[in-house]
Amino acid sequence: MSAPGQNYLTASKGIRSWLLTTDHKRIGILYAVSVALFFLLGGIFAVLVRTELAAPGETIMGQDSYNQAFTLHGVVMVFLVIIPAIPGILGNFVLPIQIGAKDVAFPRLNLFSWYIFMLGALLALSGWLIIGKVDTGWTFYTPYSSEGTNSVLWLTTAVFVAGFASIFTGLNFIVTVHKMRAPGMTWNRLPLFVWAIYATGIVQVLATPVIGITMVLLFLERLLQIGIFDPALGGDPVLFQHFFWFYSHPAVYIMILPAMGIISDLMGTFSRQQVSGYTFIALSSVAIAFLGFLVWGHHMFVAGQSAISSIIFSMLTFLIGIPTGIKVFNWVATMYKGSVSLKTPMIYALMFLFLFTIGGLTGIMIGVLAVDVHLHDTYFIVAHFHYVMMGGALIGLIGGLHYWWPKITGRLYNETAGRIAAVLVFVGFNLTFFTQFIMGSRGMPRRYHDYAGLLEQYPEFAAYNMVSTVGSYILAIGLLMILVYAVHSLLRGKRATANPWGAVTLEWTHTGVVPDAHNFHHVPLVTRGPYDFHLADDVFGSAADDGDKP
Amino acid sequence: MMEDKQALWLPEAASTYAGSVDSLFYFILVTSVILFVGVVTTMVVFAWRFRRRSAADRPVPVKENKVIEASWILVPFILVTIVFIWGFRVFITMSVAPPNAMEITVRAQKWSWLFEYPEGVRSNALHVPVGRPVKLKMSSADVLHSLYIPAFRTKQDVIPGRYTYAWFEATRQDTFPLMCTEYCGQQHSTMLSSVVVHSQDGFEAWLQESQLGTDASPAERGEALYTQLGCLACHSLDGTPGIGPSFEGLAATERAFTDGTRAVADDNYLREAIVAPAVRIVEGYDALMPATYATLEPEEVDALVAFIQEH
Repeated sequence: MSAPGQNYLTASKGIRSWLLTTDHKRIGILYAVSVALFFLLGGIFAVLVRTELAAPGETIMGQDSYNQAFTLHGVVMVFLVIIPAIPGILGNFVLPIQIGAKDVAFPRLNLFSWYIFMLGALLALSGWLIIGKVDTGWTFYTPYSSEGTNSVLWLTTAVFVAGFASIFTGLNFIVTVHKMRAPGMTWNRLPLFVWAIYATGIVQVLATPVIGITMVLLFLERLLQIGIFDPALGGDPVLFQHFFWFYSHPAVYIMILPAMGIISDLMGTFSRQQVSGYTFIALSSVAIAFLGFLVWGHHMFVAGQSAISSIIFSMLTFLIGIPTGIKVFNWVATMYKGSVSLKTPMIYALMFLFLFTIGGLTGIMIGVLAVDVHLHDTYFIVAHFHYVMMGGALIGLIGGLHYWWPKITGRLYNETAGRIAAVLVFVGFNLTFFTQFIMGSRGMPRRYHDYAGLLEQYPEFAAYNMVSTVGSYILAIGLLMILVYAVHSLLRGKRATANPWGAVTLEWTHTGVVPDAHNFHHVPLVTRGPYDFHLADDVFGSAADDGDKP
Repeated sequence: MMEDKQALWLPEAASTYAGSVDSLFYFILVTSVILFVGVVTTMVVFAWRFRRRSAADRPVPVKENKVIEASWILVPFILVTIVFIWGFRVFITMSVAPPNAMEITVRAQKWSWLFEYPEGVRSNALHVPVGRPVKLKMSSADVLHSLYIPAFRTKQDVIPGRYTYAWFEATRQDTFPLMCTEYCGQQHSTMLSSVVVHSQDGFEAWLQESQLGTDASPAERGEALYTQLGCLACHSLDGTPGIGPSFEGLAATERAFTDGTRAVADDNYLREAIVAPAVRIVEGYDALMPATYATLEPEEVDALVAFIQEH
């Protein structure tokens, strides 16, 4: 173990040592700080949107502002938060240590990816601030996106640029997992988080170029007036949707797979038990990554594609439900005959199971052709993807951040505050989005600035929208509370020990309280699997375990 | 009807295939609730039953059970196969219009709907007879729109540059909301209309009424067009400012344009403002008028000009 003051946080000082770092852990923190800022920004837009919808009629903003607010909420949350979050923050920090490596395979490329990401973010936000409104929705559907102001071009350029950050990160992890594993770290000893990030990397590398190409085509159409998507120039707007979803559906798995990896690690560690069906979970990540490329057309059942295409896409969509189901059942089974500790990270893991199961089951519902015709483009869809993207991906991220927080910062957070915030998040989330399932099934369309015109036939929309808005405030308070106790922990938190949870993966067993700049003094020799708690005499041999106090 | 209104999920159903969609929806809902309750109950029971009792707790090794693992693949596979085939069969019914369906042309534009009937009648609301299949032949003048009638479980995107189709057969005489569900810009949420379901005789009577007699004056025909074409969505008749200038007291007054010029609103100006609305924009307004009106028949333009002049 290194002497105090010699860990990765203190090994070098000054702003340059952070901005020019090639240490995967510091790059993870760069991502953490930037993603947290964007999450705050995206969250502000979300609260604005919900506030406008709290009551019928114009509440706080007009149609134009509303249309921009939901567009920016979507763009920021998808491209600047959920896609980069888990690979960028936790993938960077944890993955190399978990496989016993000194760093990722290409440390400079890793730093470059953060700069590219920040450049993309800067373009996205400056287009909005400098040039003016973007109100196309995050989907940029043509021909509407072809006729607006030029800031759409800025935004598409931003998406194009930020895409490269995603490609570089994915590439880096694929090579790292293949080439940098410590002796004894065989493929079936990889922590499931590594498997998930690896599968994500494949999707990032293969799918992201398509959105890049699409954005370039959109750009060329605008600049050179070549007819590609715009019917006025002889193009086909439905072609744009195919291109867009060919990326954006796999991107759903870029967002959710890493969270699934975190949940696997959390379920194992906090149940102190072998993760049930390790091979099934590992391979289902790869299966999902593969099948994820073949289902994009289920976004377009009523978009004017042929009935035959819709039928094929519906069939393939159901196939992807099966590996997803396998994961959920195995996570629950992991607790069987384990030793379950309900610390804050585990509460988030169980919350994930609750919310993601709803998200998955409603996904089956809207994958059914006849039912989707009615539910498509209503609030049912909005609720479904928030249950998956927020209830799944972001809750997984929050759980993971709580889990690895002591390793990243060397400090503990207040456990009681953590549990209270988790309850607020859970209650707020369900109030916000479950009401949207009901509204949507009754016909409330999405992306509506106002629903006053619908109240005569559907008077209940007013009450549901109000409940949803109140829920979003509770959710926001819960999330802000996390920010507060995180800052408190940084400044005054109790010092952590090297392995506060009693986990048996390398980042807990083979590094100091906070890892050294080079992670390990000696290359670790791996002799057991990631969840072999029964073989971990080095962790549990002595009675001294500060892992849990009732 | 009251019963339907009080249901938690799904609005009232009023088309021939809405019932099959709803049965399928409820089948998936009930199955999902059973699965969900099963997962969450197991989760809670396990979390309690196997809670950590001492910090030094060590796990009891569990042997993997291949039969259980296989059942987790097989049971979901059977369930999704059932809902896929079921959904596929209902979808085919919803996609293929009966050959005897009455065809109505739908034109969508920012932010109004126009329905055209075989007899040359036009309307902003969709009027249909009860108990007769209706096929909609739809196109858009500008961006993507989507025609959605919740009560019929009918939805289809409307696309510029090609036709898309939808069909339904209404089962009850009533008025139902119709809305746009594909985001189409600034006033997307105001792109609402309604479906008026008549009795068979009532529908014929409505068609008769809506056809103008040959003895109607140009201004009378213009007034009918004003409603049918949706001009009223933006241009009021009582001086209320809308998205476009009100028609009240418009004729023969001097208009100031955004390019600094001025002109008196005579016949020729009014004609230009209809067929080429973007050439001169009245001060205080934006160039938002759809270009659809450029394709009006000359007699229709005459009628509208006469209507505005006389108003």
